[in-house]
Amino acid sequence: MAGGDNGASAAGEGRFVQAVPREAERVRFTIDGKSAEAQAGDSLLAAILVQRPVLRRHEFDGGERAGFCLMGACQDCWVWSEAGERLRACTTPVAAGMAIVTEPPAERFAHGRAHG
Amino acid sequence: MAELMAEVVIVGAGPAGIRAAGILAAQGLRPILVDEGRQAGGQGYRRPSPGLALDMDTLMGTEAGKYKALHADFAALLNRIDYRPRTLVWGIEDRRLHCVRDGRQTTIAFDALIVATGAMDRIAPLPGWILPGVFTLGGAQAVLKDQGCLVGRRVAFLGASPLLSLAALQYRKLGAEVVAVCDTSSFRDKIAALPQLAAVPRTLARGIAYLAALKRARVPLFDGVTPLAIEGEAGVTALRFRDGRGHERRIACDAVALGYGLKPETQLAELAGARFAFDARFRLWLPVTDEDGRAGEGLYLAGDGAAIGGADAAEASGALAALAVLHDLGLRSEHDERPALRRRLARLRRFQQGLARAFRWPVAALARLSDEVAVCRCEHVTAGDIRRAMDADLGPVDVNRVKAITRCGMGRCQGRVCGPALQEIAAAHAGLPVEAVGRLRGQAPLKPVPLGILEEEEA
Amino acid sequence: MTMRRTDVVIVGGGLIGAWTAFFLARRGRKVVLVEKGVVGAQSSGTNFGNLRLQGRFPGQYPLSLRAQALWEDIEELIGDRCEFDPSGHLYIAFNDAEREKLEKYAAVSESHGLAIEHLGAADLARRYPWLSGKAVAATFSPRDATANPRLVTPAVARAAKALGVEVVEQCTVMQARREAAGFVLETADGRSFGCDHLVNAAGAWAGEIAQMFGEGAPLFPAGPPQFVTEPFPYFIRPSVQAVDGTVIFRQIPRGNVILAGYPRTAADPIRNRAPVPPAKTLAAMRHLTAVVPALRDCHVIRVWSGIEGYLPDMIPVIGPSMTTDGLFHAFGFCGHGFQIGPGVGLCLSEMICDGSTETPLDPFSIARFRGAVAEDEKFRREFDLPAAAR
Repeated sequence: MAGGDNGASAAGEGRFVQAVPREAERVRFTIDGKSAEAQAGDSLLAAILVQRPVLRRHEFDGGERAGFCLMGACQDCWVWSEAGERLRACTTPVAAGMAIVTEPPAERFAHGRAHG
Repeated sequence: MAELMAEVVIVGAGPAGIRAAGILAAQGLRPILVDEGRQAGGQGYRRPSPGLALDMDTLMGTEAGKYKALHADFAALLNRIDYRPRTLVWGIEDRRLHCVRDGRQTTIAFDALIVATGAMDRIAPLPGWILPGVFTLGGAQAVLKDQGCLVGRRVAFLGASPLLSLAALQYRKLGAEVVAVCDTSSFRDKIAALPQLAAVPRTLARGIAYLAALKRARVPLFDGVTPLAIEGEAGVTALRFRDGRGHERRIACDAVALGYGLKPETQLAELAGARFAFDARFRLWLPVTDEDGRAGEGLYLAGDGAAIGGADAAEASGALAALAVLHDLGLRSEHDERPALRRRLARLRRFQQGLARAFRWPVAALARLSDEVAVCRCEHVTAGDIRRAMDADLGPVDVNRVKAITRCGMGRCQGRVCGPALQEIAAAHAGLPVEAVGRLRGQAPLKPVPLGILEEEEA
Repeated sequence: MTMRRTDVVIVGGGLIGAWTAFFLARRGRKVVLVEKGVVGAQSSGTNFGNLRLQGRFPGQYPLSLRAQALWEDIEELIGDRCEFDPSGHLYIAFNDAEREKLEKYAAVSESHGLAIEHLGAADLARRYPWLSGKAVAATFSPRDATANPRLVTPAVARAAKALGVEVVEQCTVMQARREAAGFVLETADGRSFGCDHLVNAAGAWAGEIAQMFGEGAPLFPAGPPQFVTEPFPYFIRPSVQAVDGTVIFRQIPRGNVILAGYPRTAADPIRNRAPVPPAKTLAAMRHLTAVVPALRDCHVIRVWSGIEGYLPDMIPVIGPSMTTDGLFHAFGFCGHGFQIGPGVGLCLSEMICDGSTETPLDPFSIARFRGAVAEDEKFRREFDLPAAAR
């Protein structure tokens, strides 16, 4: 996000705090093209929010969102993969090689390709 | 024996669903236990995800024993039931569930269906509630149990729920700075509810102990609070409220956990044919069942998805629903546990009625909710949009018509979050009792399903 | 009991009733619009929202074109645009036989002065790169449009009310008869109305009103299964329809794709429900992704249907009663009443005020049900037969 007052972080740190350590394999994935690291077993939502303050931009109000119910009910944490898949971040485990984009891949629709 | 071939399907692997599965398995049936989650336990008894070094004894305190017993029983059940995690039920027709699992369509036929779909937080919007950093109270606990994550560094807890103090304690234990616990209900409300709360003295004592622990830890506790706004530009920076004495306060924070008790997830029960009645004690529309959970031919409801009762009541009602299924299939056991379970369930639910009285849903605040506040976070529909639509000549009164005109409740979550607030805002604006404006009807799919799901032969 | 006297009573607060009330009021008639529920709640409010001109029943073109001119003027007429969008309509063919069918439709459209673009596979690939190769040809009608059905009927009824129409909601007509001094109606809540002209625009419930005057039509209720997706970037501009009837869809500028699928599903006008069987949703989803593969990962978020009145020849009843002077019918719109709605209202107002209308409506007379009626070729493939068969 473009600077500003995001509450969680003056220095671009995450919104969530990993309070309990996890013994698990480290996996690499990307968020909006930037390399990121998580641990197997992390939800995609937690994996993103421990390093960023927000998940996605809302379609209608233009504001940013970081999820809400965190249990698969409110549907406010859907992100995209670069290939165009939809992922509900709070219930999807992060996996090695995931390429997450937080804005819809508009180009994919313009050209109408299902993947890539 | 023909009855033994009966296919019993349970939806929801929380305490209700697990207890139901256990009773059916003990009778030699092999129920199918369908759950959207990755791990059994539901929301309240959610397990840490693999490798997470979370000490559940510390986190769950006095409830750790029940938590462990349920998961141990579930582990012992696994080879006697057909457990299908990560499976979303999205529709139902003619005794067949339509599901999606790992992006693929499947169907599951059933003779008897036990719906144990649990509950989620009931939310009252306030200015700023859609900012990043505001989460449901239940969600703040879920992400702690499952991911070992705190939703922020300086966390405020706001709403009307006994879980405010429990969650605040859990957050504090794991290193969060709890900047405030703000209860919108008053001390007087709690006193008034004492007779009903005394139905389960142990739980009442536990609630008082949580508050005492927070006090000892010098966590700022407020009751009779009037929330004013959650402040921030791109994320939460402060909570502003008027305390019980009328002083306006502004407390800096980077997260707010928000909850006004629970509301049942009744969408599947509704599509399966359950009827609904308004319950004035909870101010919720609840599915109509008999005392064992029967809601229709072959349809049984259990747990918080049937009536808010908490985890203990969920276990009891799950057991009762399973016994009702067995009874209706003609499989009666010599020792009938049902009378004792019914008494226990009634007592536990009476306690919840007391809680609903002690921790009140903020009806008056919703009636006054300022016009610019978003009510529907999916479609971004404000309280003013709702009122303007109703004010129009021939404007709607029923909430389903309000939805048709304004799109409030029409988005991805289908009104799960905004429904209760929409009802209050519409009723107050029309000057009608809340039950007169109806309830948002459930529609398939129960949650979003991808267009590309491929049909698969029935397993 | 006092009787409320008025010039015209309209039974049914759907799109047809509302437009009829509006145009009658503009001609100075005193009108009462009686609705058993709330205005615009049934098929008028739950339909797909298509204002399609190409591929209509040939005898309907004069009416359709007249109606489209009113739609194009809607903001002027009622002070509300109702998301009217002249997005055009693309009719697609999956094979040569279907292409020939489209050409025949186009010839009819063109003979009524409608501009139609004829597109081959290469044109489609260039103009609509999101369409799969399954579509081999298409006709495009730029004058076709869409509007938001949830908003239109209440807005028209509001405009009618502003012109003096009395709109009575939650009022069910129990009895209607013709006496020497005019029509007498009695309602479930104990009211009674008297009038010189009566309009039966009661949708799927219109058969009961017709029967009160010894007149029948083989009307049956059904509803198309419909669904809407989550919002995503806007890229589908015209509404698109497969001529084989499997799929019709459009994207609204907010980003949601709306789809209607076939066959239509059974509806229950007594319990007021039109549930959508999941198998229908799945079939519609498959058909849509076959035509627009880029949508395969997008989510369906809600399905619905509404109760519409159908007749076996798939055209409506519009015009005077054969049994009773002063009674006019307008029902059985067979899933295509939305587009012609304002035209029907205008024509009825002319018939009532002037005794006739310039628009030819002979094919829609209720008289046709006195003899054997030819079943439309669409009939068998567009319905679930057990529900539809009579």
